[in-house]
Amino acid sequence: MSKKYDAGVKEYRDTYWTPDYIPLDTDLLACFKCTGQEGVPKEEVAAAVAAESSTGTWSTVWSELLTDLDFYKGRCYRIEDVPGDKEAFYAFIAYPLDLFEEGSITNVLTSLVGNVFGFKALRHLRLEDIRFPMAFIKTCPGPPNGIHVERDRMNKYGRPLLGCTIKPKLGLSGKNYGRVVYECLRGGLDFTKDDENINSQPFQRWQNRFEFVAEAVKLAEEETGERKGHYLNCTANTPEERYERAEFAKELGQPIIMHDYITGGFTANTGLSKWCRKNGMLLHIHRAMHAVIDRHPKHGIHFRVLAKCLRLSGGDQLHTGTVVGKLEGDRQTTLGYIDQLRESFVPEDRSRGNFFDQDWGSMPGVFAVASGGIHVWHMPALVSIFGDDSVLQFGGGTHGHPWGSAAGAAANRVALEACVKARNAGREIEKEGRDILLEAAKHSPELAIALETWKEIKFEFDTVDKLDVN
Amino acid sequence: MPFKSTVGDYQTVATLETFGFLPPMTQDEIYDQIAYIIAQGWSPLVEHVHPSRSMSTYWSYWKLPFFGEKDLGVIVSELEACHRAYPDHHVRLVGYDAYTQSQGSCFVVFEGR
Repeated sequence: MSKKYDAGVKEYRDTYWTPDYIPLDTDLLACFKCTGQEGVPKEEVAAAVAAESSTGTWSTVWSELLTDLDFYKGRCYRIEDVPGDKEAFYAFIAYPLDLFEEGSITNVLTSLVGNVFGFKALRHLRLEDIRFPMAFIKTCPGPPNGIHVERDRMNKYGRPLLGCTIKPKLGLSGKNYGRVVYECLRGGLDFTKDDENINSQPFQRWQNRFEFVAEAVKLAEEETGERKGHYLNCTANTPEERYERAEFAKELGQPIIMHDYITGGFTANTGLSKWCRKNGMLLHIHRAMHAVIDRHPKHGIHFRVLAKCLRLSGGDQLHTGTVVGKLEGDRQTTLGYIDQLRESFVPEDRSRGNFFDQDWGSMPGVFAVASGGIHVWHMPALVSIFGDDSVLQFGGGTHGHPWGSAAGAAANRVALEACVKARNAGREIEKEGRDILLEAAKHSPELAIALETWKEIKFEFDTVDKLDVN
Repeated sequence: MPFKSTVGDYQTVATLETFGFLPPMTQDEIYDQIAYIIAQGWSPLVEHVHPSRSMSTYWSYWKLPFFGEKDLGVIVSELEACHRAYPDHHVRLVGYDAYTQSQGSCFVVFEGR
């Protein structure tokens, strides 16, 4: 039946609040935490979010009638109270699949977290979770290699991988930088990493760094008999420069490059990830700027959404925080989103912050990277929290060793292997952590000194962003 | 920063990946690791290689993967048999995971000379 054009302003909820709607398997579902302005009913706020993030605008327009908007509109189908919070509520919104371009994370985010976040009827708005339908996931490129291909390439099995960021993060010449890489790798690390701030500065141009690092990696491999890599940061000012750096890394025979996916942008990331798949390169992903977006409990985008988006856009390793180190991160929440990176199916579980069942189908998994303010005493907790499919990165905890980076690296490697061995043998490594480390230190003076050096350092601050519970 | 006489010299060691930084395992400790592999539902597999080729992707299989084998003693005797047949080779034990087509566990039990 055709509709009549009736100019004016309608309430959003007349069109976009549909509590009887049963979401389709192909719908993209989103959960927003909404805090409305005083006096605005919840249904109206929720419907406004659905409208402004899909087909709606503030006024009725004649051209709506040229199409069947009921086919395209987003719908708010459920509202829930937020436990422990009187002001905020969750709005669950279903978006028809055809609102989005195939395989485009950029397009999904432009719709879902676009204009609507500046909407005046809202005081705060936070995108808590997205359920990507399988029909959308199958159009996304995903990780260029995935966890198991990376293990096969690097010959690392049965344990977390071990890495560290080169420090000082700025100011070293190419040759000095390569020296630090060599020290860490000969000491027993699997990977070293460019700091995210390292691109191509006057003190160290990128070609120079890449060449010295390549020599360091090759030497360390020859001397230790193990496979090694260094994340060569290809993040650059333009896509052209970025590809040039990536090509050079490949030319040097390096196994892995690195990109910053939020400051670099999703379009840039997806392009680089496709290049990696085509060129047989592993891709390490840093997340600079994430805390600007994800730390406020009532506004922004939760990191689990950014993590899901990265898995779809592509990357083989992603930073996730450490739980125990110097940077923000609640344990249950972190476990919730590292599942999203690594598992093929993640069930709804509010105790881990996952609002939907998420089926990843055949999409490869992403290594969770724990980095930031961790040292050997944290090792038992890290192995227990993150499991084998992770990269544990100790920066200060490697270079800060009294004998230098090689000894620091060896201390971490001994500690890691002692924890894995003990776990496999059925010991409770978090509870018995101290004993396990002290036993291992009997065979390793490097570890004994590391344990002594960092025995007092803890980072026990309460997290700012917690799960919503009563 | 003045030099401290307590600073030690770290000597690079050639290692063979996982558990390469720990002392050789005792018989009981090897049993524990085999029990772990079996409890995960993985297939035990014995591989060997001449030390000159230790960095290559493919080591030679000893027989075939022991699909479905649950007896720790069988695995230990196969490891020893492999070591006897190739005394100068590295011998490693793998926990093969058919679901991921990867290795859930992998470490060298006997080092060749």
